[in-house]
Amino acid sequence: MAITDIQGYTHLTAADIETLGKELDSIRRSVETSRGERDARYIRRTIAAQRCLEVAGRAVLFGSRNRWAWLGGTALLSVAKIIENMELGHNVSHGQWDWMNDPEIHSTSWEWDMTGPSAQWRRAHNYSHHTYTNVLGKDEDLGFGILRMTRDEAWRPVHLAQPAANLLLAATFEWGIALHDLGIEKELAGIPDKKLTSPPDLEFARKVSRQVAKDFVLYPALTGPAWKSTLKANATANLVRNLWAYAVIFCGHFPDGAEKFTIEQLDGETQGEWYLRQMLGSANFKAGPVMAFMSGNLCYQIEHHLFPDLPSNRYSEVAVRVRELCDKYDLPYTTGSLGKQYLLAFRTIHKLALPDRFLKRTSDDAPETSSERKFSDISLPERLRVDPETGKRFGLRSALQDAKASLQEKARHEKEVLREAKVALKARARQEKAALREAKRALGERATHEREVLQDKAARRWGRRVAR
Amino acid sequence: MVLNKFREWLEAPAAEVGDRGGKLNVLRGAVARVTTPLLPDDYLHLANPLWSARELRGRIVEVQKETADSATLVIKPGWGFDFKYRPGQYIGIGILIDGRWNWRSYSLTCPPDWTGEGGKRLISIAVKAMPEGKLSSHLVNGVAAGTIVRLAAPQGGFVLPEPPPAKVLFLTAGSGITPVMSMLRTMDRRDGVTDVVHVHSAPTDADVMFGAELRDLHDRHPSFVSHLQLTDSHGLFSLDSLDELYPDWRERETWACGPAGMLDAIEQHWKSAGVADKLHIERFEVERSAVGEGGTVTFGTTGRTLTVDGATSLLEAGESVGVQLPFGCRMGICQTCVVTLSAGHARDLRNGDERQPGDKVQTCISAAAGDCTLDI
Ligand code: FES
Repeated sequence: MAITDIQGYTHLTAADIETLGKELDSIRRSVETSRGERDARYIRRTIAAQRCLEVAGRAVLFGSRNRWAWLGGTALLSVAKIIENMELGHNVSHGQWDWMNDPEIHSTSWEWDMTGPSAQWRRAHNYSHHTYTNVLGKDEDLGFGILRMTRDEAWRPVHLAQPAANLLLAATFEWGIALHDLGIEKELAGIPDKKLTSPPDLEFARKVSRQVAKDFVLYPALTGPAWKSTLKANATANLVRNLWAYAVIFCGHFPDGAEKFTIEQLDGETQGEWYLRQMLGSANFKAGPVMAFMSGNLCYQIEHHLFPDLPSNRYSEVAVRVRELCDKYDLPYTTGSLGKQYLLAFRTIHKLALPDRFLKRTSDDAPETSSERKFSDISLPERLRVDPETGKRFGLRSALQDAKASLQEKARHEKEVLREAKVALKARARQEKAALREAKRALGERATHEREVLQDKAARRWGRRVAR
Repeated sequence: MVLNKFREWLEAPAAEVGDRGGKLNVLRGAVARVTTPLLPDDYLHLANPLWSARELRGRIVEVQKETADSATLVIKPGWGFDFKYRPGQYIGIGILIDGRWNWRSYSLTCPPDWTGEGGKRLISIAVKAMPEGKLSSHLVNGVAAGTIVRLAAPQGGFVLPEPPPAKVLFLTAGSGITPVMSMLRTMDRRDGVTDVVHVHSAPTDADVMFGAELRDLHDRHPSFVSHLQLTDSHGLFSLDSLDELYPDWRERETWACGPAGMLDAIEQHWKSAGVADKLHIERFEVERSAVGEGGTVTFGTTGRTLTVDGATSLLEAGESVGVQLPFGCRMGICQTCVVTLSAGHARDLRNGDERQPGDKVQTCISAAAGDCTLDI
């Protein structure tokens, strides 16, 4: 069962967690007090650039019957949609730019270029997902309701289709999100699933039809004879954006090391514990400035989960300080290349499509979910220990390494035992073979002997007859 | 030059859509369908900030020094501004300082439908720098011509009726003169200066805003009296002296604007004289920072109020008197609970940041800093 005791799991005391929380608070404070013109310029330029890219893309697509124009226009539009979705829509809706007090760049008014209405997404994402990050049964983003991403969730036959479901989700990500958010919105409002004419449903229908009409009817129609190729280009741009958004989200939440928590964890959770949960529940991927920008700075998913409403352009500097804290408290900081992080998530998706009896590990020590019980037969969950000489602390990260090492040790040991057993078996087999051969020989001898005796007997009988 | 002409030409049709209606809106609507979820304005104001009709904007075209600590800002409003306001009304102005938009209200000082040189329709406000008022000091000392500002439509009931009453008394002090200036200029422009007495107080002659203009009006219109009270040398204007100086004051329709103490005294005086119905008062929000911890919170549309300390969140405060406020995480991360602060101040409990009227506040992590009103 996922983490039920964050103190025990992190090897920290309540006091440690409190000071860690204070240190994270002070990081927040320092970013807040230094927000200013430079940041405002960043977001305004991003908006201007995004709009220019979009206009350029749409304009080039007027000539989309030409192969190169099609490619260029599609590329421009894809990039524009990605920026709009990640760096603008996602981050503005988080309230990252509310401090500017600009009604046009404000979480309460921003509408994004995705199928689902921003308002519904905000409720599902900012509230359900960010408050209850990775809490089983509370965070509905855990597998988005269709994938089993942790073995804490019981296997059902439908999970066999997971590899296909994953592909479908990736390709139609905006639709997946839109329906997912609509469901949560209705649930929060207490509207039955089947009812299709509630205000959220109507809001949804309005937004969806505008989006579809825009990309698949109006813009293609505007380009006249090129409508077919423009239609294809728009569909492609949406697909590209979907795949990229999907990849970024999956790399931020599902690689090994992004932990899951049980609902008890929420009871009386302190601010420090909340921070820890965010830190342990998310994962980063390594990105240069361009990739960081294109991911809406969600390559810094850990920082984003710690401070969802701080301006995204500051996450890179926040990351440096968060890493320092991780070093100080000996906490893991989950990161890796985009490819590696995705492959880990991919592995989980495919592995967990199978029923548990085919899986080796349990939800206490699986790569994608662990719990404080993971350490129980390896070491006592020792609280943060400080080396008196070097001042270095030993905590969760070391414990995880120890656990890994001891698991490896255990595996090696098992292999050793296996090999020995094999050797012994082989020896026994050899022995038995020898014994068998011996017995066979003895049997053969006995047969010969008996035959001789018989012949002898016969000869004697013949001899008597001859003598008579 | 050519570009300017082109711009004027492009803006010309919109200059007529004061009420933001008409054919242009039809076009806007049609284009918006294609550009969803963005609006044409999202693109237009990239080209020229004044072309946004979703939100009023303006460009500061001139900053004229009035006194050492006050200045007149002449602003060219963008699309959709209603020039048919009434003299005495104020506008909201939003200005960018350190990446953040700050909002304040200032009285318009120009007559309605004021046309500047070159036939441009303009508006003007006068700003007096307040000691700790970051925004007003910035406007008086730092703002450059060409700066883009946001505007909120003219409003307020402190207005001169049309036609103006036969007998008028204006009582102003300091920057309280600004709405009255608009009224005086309107009367002057329409050549309808009736029997007007204007008593204006300022510490010294150098502090009198629009001093020269007042003198000029005084000289040009026999029916207009400009009475300047220089308080440093002559002390405060005594309301009792009205009987002696302008004995018909009770018959005059009176407009008063200035510091709260002065207005309180005037109100009292008019009440005891039994002519309270002739008095119009404008208490403009003095630019100042939050007055303290806690206060009385008013939930605007429900009319419910509650006095709280400086540690109680506005969300809790509302819930304790049964007001339905939106909320989500209750810890400041999800922005579900954002509500507009329509008056007074609030403080962000996490970092002590102050929130001003017009700001949007997260009620779950904000507390009252003095009396305040939420727009819910
Ligand atoms: S309730 Fe989530 S920010 Fe206030």
